[in-house]
Amino acid sequence: MNIHEYQAKAVLRDYGVPVASGAVAFSPEEAVKTAKEIGGAVWVVKAQIHAGGRGKGGGVTVVKSIDDVRAEAKRMLGMTLVTHQTGPAGKQVNRIFVEEGCGIERELYLSALVDRATSRVAFICSTEGGMDIEEVAAKTPEKILTLTIDPASGYSGFHGRKVAYALGLKGAQVKQCVALIGNLYKVVTEKDASLLEINPLVVTGDGDLLCLDAKMNFDSNALYRHPDIVDMRDLDEEDPAEVEASKFDLNYIKLDGSIGCMVNGAGLAMSTMDIIKLYGSSPANFLDVGGGASKEQVMNAFKIILSDDNVKGILVNIFGGIMRCDIIAEGIVAAAKEMDIGVPLVVRLEGTNVDLGKKILNDSGLAIVSADNLDDAAQKIVAQVKAAA
Amino acid sequence: MSILIDRTTPILVQGISGKIGQFHAKEMIEYGTNVVGGVTPGKGGQSIEGVPVFNTVKDAVASTGATASITFVPPPAAADSIMEAADAGIKFCVSVTDGIPAQDMMRVKRYMRRYRKDDRMRLTGPNCAGTISPGQSLLGIMPGHIYTPGPVGIVSRSGTLGYEAASQMKELGIGVSTSVGIGGDPINGSSFKDILELFEADPETDTVVLIGEIGGPQEAEAAEFIRDHMTKPVIAYIAGLSAPKGRTMGHAGAIITAFGEGASEKLEILRDVGATIAPDPSRIGATVADVCANAA
Repeated sequence: MNIHEYQAKAVLRDYGVPVASGAVAFSPEEAVKTAKEIGGAVWVVKAQIHAGGRGKGGGVTVVKSIDDVRAEAKRMLGMTLVTHQTGPAGKQVNRIFVEEGCGIERELYLSALVDRATSRVAFICSTEGGMDIEEVAAKTPEKILTLTIDPASGYSGFHGRKVAYALGLKGAQVKQCVALIGNLYKVVTEKDASLLEINPLVVTGDGDLLCLDAKMNFDSNALYRHPDIVDMRDLDEEDPAEVEASKFDLNYIKLDGSIGCMVNGAGLAMSTMDIIKLYGSSPANFLDVGGGASKEQVMNAFKIILSDDNVKGILVNIFGGIMRCDIIAEGIVAAAKEMDIGVPLVVRLEGTNVDLGKKILNDSGLAIVSADNLDDAAQKIVAQVKAAA
Repeated sequence: MSILIDRTTPILVQGISGKIGQFHAKEMIEYGTNVVGGVTPGKGGQSIEGVPVFNTVKDAVASTGATASITFVPPPAAADSIMEAADAGIKFCVSVTDGIPAQDMMRVKRYMRRYRKDDRMRLTGPNCAGTISPGQSLLGIMPGHIYTPGPVGIVSRSGTLGYEAASQMKELGIGVSTSVGIGGDPINGSSFKDILELFEADPETDTVVLIGEIGGPQEAEAAEFIRDHMTKPVIAYIAGLSAPKGRTMGHAGAIITAFGEGASEKLEILRDVGATIAPDPSRIGATVADVCANAA
């Protein structure tokens, strides 16, 4: 789960991490009020969307008067911001963040993440702040320091000093860095963050460390123990069909093709998408109904797939293990009775109770094309959709 | 022979009194697995599916001599159940649970390392289908009837793709020595490399099928092992060629975050070290058949 920059900074502030003062605003009036409360002579107005690259798209502006705060707030709220991470459609800005401005001496990069290779939390830092870190890693790997922290012994000061000296910090900044890395490690482990990225981390005009931007992602598997984080979820940032699917415990991701897919198991679901592509068409979605889906879940899965107007055909691919084919078949029949499916439907069933499942489909009298295997299924759905077009 | 489990391996079911635990205990016993007991705290002294239930894994091991276990425990308590198995001297543990927090798994892995290498428990999963040595022992949730005994080892992150491979092979008359699910989570107990090592050493496995997917460094690590140590032919399939970057595709671990984690890059790395690539998911069995025919 992702949260906004202003929310991430609030979490960080609670852990004693240095961030500038600021607040979220939903209207130009609120933005002005916040700017006046912060005081000073320079503010930064930042669009809050779940995507990076906001600066280049016109979503971050430094302003030097209250009138400009109001004007920028007016301009940004409601605008569609397009960045390299939003895709060409962009994202609508519904919230902005007004923050105290500061002088910048140096821009650095710092992140923490769950490192799969070592099964530990890893910190990555670089002197090249404000840049795309993947690009830095590809072009100048010597400018990146990675270190991991043993979960048994936890954080120690030397970890922080390693980062501080790699970043070329001096004097009091070294101590600030030791405290910073310790506090960030605490946030990541206590809040089950899967990614925390500070890009850039800056040395201010006064010579202090400050987190100028903050991005946080959280481990979905751990949300059950963080109701405070769950409260920060912004449903406007997610696809409505994906939100709907999550209510029924269905793993659904909307894509831009024309063949809807319903599959059990994430690996098989990805493979089903791949083979549709191989036969010259493209998947409209990823959908894993999981291991123990009920008839109701299957029905809801159909509703969600069909809510996408691009869908011109549906492929159901089930390899029953825990999932029984007869339950899937009953769900399909019930869905077809309740709603007009209206597009070609190809079903491939295999595994537990396959014969019973096939019988239920045959006896239903529905116009279902049955397939013998994965290859057959993919060819049939692609051909059916082409013929119907 | 087989790897990890055979017909004699004495097995415990942790969480046997739950609906899912009991269902799969029954399936495993019916398959012929040597299930010797179950564990549910507070249910010690009872009997479920004809096997004795114990309060702790330690009691169960002392009484039955079990060396392997499978845990059907919900996410908040799953890490605890795995560490309890390691503490009790279990040698091989399968964690089926989907949804264990990554921080919990980091702790589990660190905890397992406190034992000397010879005494250390091997874990597969979490979020895996388990392990089966066809005709001998089923320590998992897979449908046993789609596997036939034979000389090909399977190691897969995905459960259902592992089924797909086994059933395509059965259709072509090719059998399996052992099929191992390593699971779809980002932090897991055993990697591809760990399992390849066992297949390479197993005299009755002569070919190995590796089924990977997008996300993480494990396929690249496996490729290094194949290049440096594998003498047996490897067939590889990677799911997710059409997956978009930055989205989690069902499995918590199936997300492309960095260069080299996409399906096409993984395929290239594996092809470079001499693995035979199955071109699409419906041709895994046929590719194995080709490789076996060439070797014969």
